[in-house]
Amino acid sequence: MIMAQAQGLGKRYIKAFLKGFFVAVPVTVTFLDRVACVARVEGASMQPSLNPGGRQASDVVLLNHWSIRNYDVQRGDIVSLVSPRNPEQKIIKRVIALEGDIIKTIGYKKKYVKVPHGHIWVEGDHHGHSFDSNAFGPVSLGLLHARATHILWPPQRWQKLQPMLPPERKPLHREQE
Amino acid sequence: MLRDVLGKTFRFLGYTVQYGCIAHCAFEYLGGIVVCSGPSMEPTIQNSDVVFSENLSRHFYCIRKGDIVIVKSPNDPKSNICKRVIGLEGDKVCTSNPSDFLKSHSYVPKGHVWLEGDNLRNSTDSRCYGPVPYGLIRGRICLKLWPLNDFGFLRASPNGHRFLDD
Repeated sequence: MIMAQAQGLGKRYIKAFLKGFFVAVPVTVTFLDRVACVARVEGASMQPSLNPGGRQASDVVLLNHWSIRNYDVQRGDIVSLVSPRNPEQKIIKRVIALEGDIIKTIGYKKKYVKVPHGHIWVEGDHHGHSFDSNAFGPVSLGLLHARATHILWPPQRWQKLQPMLPPERKPLHREQE
Repeated sequence: MLRDVLGKTFRFLGYTVQYGCIAHCAFEYLGGIVVCSGPSMEPTIQNSDVVFSENLSRHFYCIRKGDIVIVKSPNDPKSNICKRVIGLEGDKVCTSNPSDFLKSHSYVPKGHVWLEGDNLRNSTDSRCYGPVPYGLIRGRICLKLWPLNDFGFLRASPNGHRFLDD
């Protein structure tokens, strides 16, 4: 009698676990893919805004997918994107210019570039230590992964990341004001 | 009465969210049905054909030369294009049109693919906008579902001469 009750409870637990599993896993995966996730920043290409401490203390940032679901980015946003040279890697850079802007490049094969339709120009804040549009040119908006909105770790660096365009990197001519 | 309505509404919303998430996971990690439009892949895929696109190959990075892929348009991220992979990174591709007298070649850069439609005369593809980053690939078309008289795996490219072997 007790054995039968225990078996019944066991079956109910398994059923409840499976039911919860099939709800929790798709919802969590969809949330991490479509709404927001966190990521650790590696490298020095965005110093001093991100990772000022170098390898000893990597920043952990909150990546917001939802805000770029319509590919609305502003100049100065810090965004993560799929690397055009290596699709297995994500890179995190600042948006410098949008489609239609004409900018002066730093070390690119052409001195002045007009950003084509559907593309953006990204650069790391640490010029010279950054693999960015100055190396691979304008990137397609389709490669955009998320916008970095907050630094979550270490606690002394908790902050909201504001879109900030360095004045010396302003485009020479803006398509829309 | 109000509690009943609220309870039913929350249950309905809960099921919508749950099935929406399952649908997202299925499309993102398994595959989905796609309706193709346009003449650029004729005769392999005609306008309004329904195909099945699997999304596992792109996650495992095993897209091969000759595959038909669905790609986010490089110039408009909100729309998708459907083309055949003619060259992978490092491959030599012919960048000139068949009608040009002088042929020009280049190598596909790292992390990119070269796409061409099967209907070479009526297709804007890599010959127009250059090599496309691999990260824009959304899925690989593996099966045609409609029209039924053409059901099954897709044919190989009618333009074998565009695939250059090193």
